[in-house]
Amino acid sequence: MHPVRKQRLILVCFIVVFSTLAVGLVTYGLRGNINLFFPPAEIAAGLAPTGQPIRLGGMVVEGSVRRDPESLRVEFDVTDYQATVTAVYTGILPDLFSEGEGVVAAGVLDENGVLQATEVLAKHDENYMPPEVAEALSQAHDEATGS
Amino acid sequence: MIPEFGHFALIISLGLALLLSVVPLLGSFRGDQKAMAMAPSLAIGQFVFIAIAFACLAWSFVADDFSVALVANHSNSLMPTVLKFAATWGNHEGSMVLWILFLSAWIAAVAVFSTALPLVLLSRVLSVLGFVAVGFLLFSLLTSNPFERILPGTPQDGADLNPLLQDPGMIIHPPLLYMGYVGFSVAFAFAIAALMGGRLDASWARWSRPWTNAAWAFLSLGIMLGSWWAYYELGWGGWWFWDPVENASFMPWLAGTALIHSLAVTEKRGLFRSWTVLLAIFAFSLSLLGTFLVRSGVLTSVHAFASDPARGVFILAFLGLVVGGSLTLYAFRAPAVQSRIGFEWVSRESLLLFNNVVFLVATLTVLFGTLFPLITDALQLGKYSVGPPYFNAVFLPLMALLIPFMGVGPTSRWKRDTGRRWLQELVAPAIAALIIGVLFPFVYGGEFNLWVMLAVILAGWLALAMLRDLYMRLRSSRWRSIPASYWGMQAAHLGFAITVVGVVLVSQYAVERDLKMRPGDVEEVAGYSFTFNSLEPVQGPNYVADGANFTVLRDGKAVAVLQPQKRRYLASGQVMTEAAIDAGPFRDIFIAMGEPLEGGRAWAIRLHYKPFVRWIWAGAIAMAFGAFLTLADRRYRRARQRATAPLGGGLEAA
Repeated sequence: MHPVRKQRLILVCFIVVFSTLAVGLVTYGLRGNINLFFPPAEIAAGLAPTGQPIRLGGMVVEGSVRRDPESLRVEFDVTDYQATVTAVYTGILPDLFSEGEGVVAAGVLDENGVLQATEVLAKHDENYMPPEVAEALSQAHDEATGS
Repeated sequence: MIPEFGHFALIISLGLALLLSVVPLLGSFRGDQKAMAMAPSLAIGQFVFIAIAFACLAWSFVADDFSVALVANHSNSLMPTVLKFAATWGNHEGSMVLWILFLSAWIAAVAVFSTALPLVLLSRVLSVLGFVAVGFLLFSLLTSNPFERILPGTPQDGADLNPLLQDPGMIIHPPLLYMGYVGFSVAFAFAIAALMGGRLDASWARWSRPWTNAAWAFLSLGIMLGSWWAYYELGWGGWWFWDPVENASFMPWLAGTALIHSLAVTEKRGLFRSWTVLLAIFAFSLSLLGTFLVRSGVLTSVHAFASDPARGVFILAFLGLVVGGSLTLYAFRAPAVQSRIGFEWVSRESLLLFNNVVFLVATLTVLFGTLFPLITDALQLGKYSVGPPYFNAVFLPLMALLIPFMGVGPTSRWKRDTGRRWLQELVAPAIAALIIGVLFPFVYGGEFNLWVMLAVILAGWLALAMLRDLYMRLRSSRWRSIPASYWGMQAAHLGFAITVVGVVLVSQYAVERDLKMRPGDVEEVAGYSFTFNSLEPVQGPNYVADGANFTVLRDGKAVAVLQPQKRRYLASGQVMTEAAIDAGPFRDIFIAMGEPLEGGRAWAIRLHYKPFVRWIWAGAIAMAFGAFLTLADRRYRRARQRATAPLGGGLEAA
């Protein structure tokens, strides 16, 4: 075969094999590894799936943080001022987690509508609010005021 | 006055960059020697003025000039002077000035070290770089002026630097990362200049290789420092999160790795020319995309200093212009630089092509995962997030696929080789790696572990195949006659093997316990006993802290005394975790304080045992060191000495 044509053949084979591989890997990787964000109102309305990884975001309700005396298990309520969802987490909360502040919790919703969180994210500094929380809150506010 | 001087210098720098981007370029097309000869002086002048602007800004920080808005918002009189200086780039505006300073430094370096380049090529390269500088200078002056004043109403003291950034790692991480990011602009400029001239040959590749290697080395170090900083500063012991901002720096690195290898083929064999050019464009575009992701506020992270929509739009427009413009040029000119040389299936060219495809696919999958949430959000399909499991599932198999071929690389021959020769040469390292890999999990961990076994086999195979090649070379020739680029390749590939071992072993064997502890409590983790001795308040220069004191024992013998802290910074009120780490070549012991419980009588404590975690960074340092080593290769110096000999001698002959 002509060397240039042979080289092209090699190239095409590489591309076909690898694009197949890449698409396969990406599909496999995406399955169950991406999670969708839900504000408490949508979870309360039953829009969020149970048993699948999701993210919940809103404000931590003042006075709702309840700690287990023996372990690092902690429960807190997250609200968007329309509905409130309880999250349970075992582990160390981030430095900037506190009552009355924005939070995002990732985990799985159980049958009782409680989020079994595997990860809790708080804002990075004093001025910052997670954008999805800010948006959820402003939407909730708009709906509440009927605008 | 000083800040105004700085602002003025910034404007002059923009003027010079504008001239640089237009005059020599036009001159190169009209054959105007004088216009082309202006390029180096303009480049150096532009660098001098941006250096003045940076110095003025740094002075404002060090001298606590709180009438400058940037200083007032990001510094504090209580901070140590070194940190005040580092605070210059610990914010959006200042980091853009640093970015432009480094870009200009690369441009000036090209102007100084490439006097042997044909004037036409040099003037075009510098003009393209000048254009990039114009883009960023405009960005800085129009959307993020660092010298803005607060007059009247100057605050008494500054609002303090984000405590996460008050750290030595922070002082060097961004500069190194930026050196790498902007360094790819040189490879890009060479590629564009080559497309303009329609000439691209082995000597062109030889010109751009050292620049690309240097940029890649800086980027490697920058990423490595970022990972290390996250490990000890964020307080939860992770070293890589697949955070979009990390990906933003990792994607140019992946594309740059492909570019380095493809440049090797272009230089040695004159092949893959248009492909190399495309990769150069791609690597630089990803650098710009990284800037966009980090600077536009579409992402949320500690790096996203600002979320001014105007900035995002500006960078996006600039990105569009650069990518669109260069791809259009590529579409018209690529046929002119294409190569017509064949090679066999079994050859070094195929192996390097394989490397390129793997790294390109890796780049694209990371790119997809990073942009997916942004795209679905923009299309109103929901707010998704793509987490580490996706990236691990996609990225790790690709790397595992790469290593078997990496081991063959140095032994293989250009143009045509035989599988039988490979088998003969490499069967010994392969068997040795298999034995080591199968035994290692039992000897080290005491039980079978599939992932550890695979990783040790792969890394062992790579390292042994490399060392065998080195041994064969040393037997047949004196070590002084082995070129620096070969030593560099060895160091970088061995570094890769070291990083692989570190990544897999720490992922598999790390023990992480989060516990509630009171002073006096003793806990056992991974064979080490941790005694919580005491809890004391600590007074720092600009913070107060709760400090804990731990003694770590192994088999009754004291290993370390560790004192983690939980700090509260006075100016901002921000809380920070200061982890305490006992580092070692084969394991780290990591203690961080979580949160006070029971009103401060007990604390949530993280106790981590991390085997081989240092190998991750040691390997990255070896990779960067290897890339720097290649710069010492004689043939680059010879290329420089060859005065103004016309290029293109080996155009089709290679």
